[in-house]
Amino acid sequence: MPDMEFIELHDICKTYHLGELDLPVLRGISQRVARSEFVALMGVSGSGKSTLMNIMGCLDHPTSGAYWLDGREISGLTPKERARLRNRMIGFVFQSFNLLPRMTAFENVLMPLMYCRDNLSDSEMERRAAALLEKVGLAGRMHHRPSQLSGGEQQRVAIARSLINHPQVLFADEPTGNLDSRTSEEILHTFQQLNQMDRITLVMVTHDPGVAQHAQRIILIKDGVIDSGGAPQSAGGAS
Amino acid sequence: MKFVRTLKMASLALRHNIMRAALTTLGIVIGVAAVITMMEIGNGAKAAIQRTMASMGANTVVILPGAMNIAGVNTGSGAMMTLTPEDVEAILKECPAVAYAAPIVRARAQVVYGNQNWVPTYVYGTAPAFLDIRDWTDMAEGEAFSDHEVLNSSKVCLVGETVVRELFGGQSPIGKHVRIKNVDFKVIGVLHKKGANLMGLDQDDILLAPWTTIKYRVVAATLAAGNQSSINAANTAEVNTLNTIYPETAQNLYPVPSTTEQTDTAQPIRFANVDQILTAAPAANQVSPAITQISDLLRQRHRLRDTDPDDFIIRDMTEITKTMSATAEMMTKLLLCVAMISLLVGGIGIMNIMLVSVTERTREIGLRMAVGAEPGDILRQFLTEAVLLCLLGGTMGILLGRGSSYVVSLVLGWPTAVSVGAIVAAVLVSASVGIAFGFYPAYKASRLDPIEALRYE
Repeated sequence: MPDMEFIELHDICKTYHLGELDLPVLRGISQRVARSEFVALMGVSGSGKSTLMNIMGCLDHPTSGAYWLDGREISGLTPKERARLRNRMIGFVFQSFNLLPRMTAFENVLMPLMYCRDNLSDSEMERRAAALLEKVGLAGRMHHRPSQLSGGEQQRVAIARSLINHPQVLFADEPTGNLDSRTSEEILHTFQQLNQMDRITLVMVTHDPGVAQHAQRIILIKDGVIDSGGAPQSAGGAS
Repeated sequence: MKFVRTLKMASLALRHNIMRAALTTLGIVIGVAAVITMMEIGNGAKAAIQRTMASMGANTVVILPGAMNIAGVNTGSGAMMTLTPEDVEAILKECPAVAYAAPIVRARAQVVYGNQNWVPTYVYGTAPAFLDIRDWTDMAEGEAFSDHEVLNSSKVCLVGETVVRELFGGQSPIGKHVRIKNVDFKVIGVLHKKGANLMGLDQDDILLAPWTTIKYRVVAATLAAGNQSSINAANTAEVNTLNTIYPETAQNLYPVPSTTEQTDTAQPIRFANVDQILTAAPAANQVSPAITQISDLLRQRHRLRDTDPDDFIIRDMTEITKTMSATAEMMTKLLLCVAMISLLVGGIGIMNIMLVSVTERTREIGLRMAVGAEPGDILRQFLTEAVLLCLLGGTMGILLGRGSSYVVSLVLGWPTAVSVGAIVAAVLVSASVGIAFGFYPAYKASRLDPIEALRYE
């Protein structure tokens, strides 16, 4: 397909089977996200926005439909291939930070590199991690454990961790959900910077319109389909 | 992922909950320690049996007269008198694999000293080589009799500790005289204490004298009293000691032949037989050539045809040693089975805790998967943890096992011997326990769905 966008979703459906009951969560989603775009996936809880993000982030595969990431068909990949793809191309930022409590901030940032098969030298890895922590403003707190950091600091460690492998796209699942409004602003500002300066594609899931405002485009999801009522809000995409 | 990093990660995970790791690995520690201790005690027992055999006379080969059938009735071994003192000399001369040979003439006799009497378990007539064979050359007191005294059939004897205690009330018997069947013996030496043998018989309850003395002065008298055919024995000069002392005991029931009659009558040839011959090979590996050589020599000397069965029986201690070692080995194996079961239980403990650990760290697994850990990476990580746990347990178990076997040898006085095989086996077993029992939890972790794992509370 010529002229393919960075992220292309074609009629993605996802149905969960709960015993006898079929629970359709996504019911035919088609969407395109351009490279270096900052998109917010918005919807009330249960609308399927997190499921969509999981599929886009290669954590899950759709029941039906096709998904191209950077020109590559993803829905048919094995768990192992998806793991490699996540390691190389994708970064995740979670609502609950998901830092490993036993490790220092530095080690947490370093962790994804353990699964990278580039055979980087230890010094190169450490240089990268230190640079990233500095970038998110935690140069002085590298060797603190997550329990010794504030929520905002923890989330910034998580952002640094998501960036360690130079991903092309960052998925953020309610990144400000556990933070106060001032810290949220800071985090969102960081995201905007990453998007503008480093040209990283950003997909952010949120239920908060105030947070969604920071994105270039808002995709509204309602009951597993894209709510076209949200279309006027969009800035017309990157195209 | 590099192995070193996996190892580092595993040790970090274990350090995080050090108490739990220690308790989990305790099963392995105890299992391995039990295996090591059992093996070392078993090895020690084997070595001890070999030592005991050595003190009983290592490399000893005993030759007994064979059994025979008289009209289909088996007389039992020893009924034939086929072994002669000349056989002993021939064996010593012609069998290069035999270092020592001594005849033994047994007697069961009351020994009298003053108003005390005692019947030793063993009253042996033998030669000085007996002491070499039985590793008994060191006298507790006095000295052994010599070959010269054997030739002279001197009335001297050596006694064991038990005899000293029973007859002499523990006082030195050297130079004292005892009577055996009214034959006067001078005690010239006391044998050093040996204790009970493997069969539980008191080896110190012994009296040794030159075999010529026992044969011709003591046993012959017994035969004269109890054996029909020994009428002939009355004709031989050497049995007449008693007759001279107590002439009335040997009544001549038959008319005494005149000198002319005597010279005209063919004398029954009575060869001196011995009850058994004790020989020793210079080394353990010489025992079986010695047996072959002795067997060939005796068949030749006894003029046996190829079709004739042996008229003697050869026994060596290696069979007993082997039996004893096999018994000890069986006991060790039994104990080892028990130890293995405790190792198995330890392995199940490891599996249990690894399963708990996987459940506890579900979110961590989910996160690691999200950032790109492949299922294989997760599997390896948990497997490494389990194996590391088991190997740590194994190492501690080896130390504990070595320590406890040392304590056992110190406190209980049981002999132990280091078993390198057991140590190697313990390491291998604990590693494979780690792999076997760590695999299921690790597999379970690697099959987790990253989304559900991340959502897990």
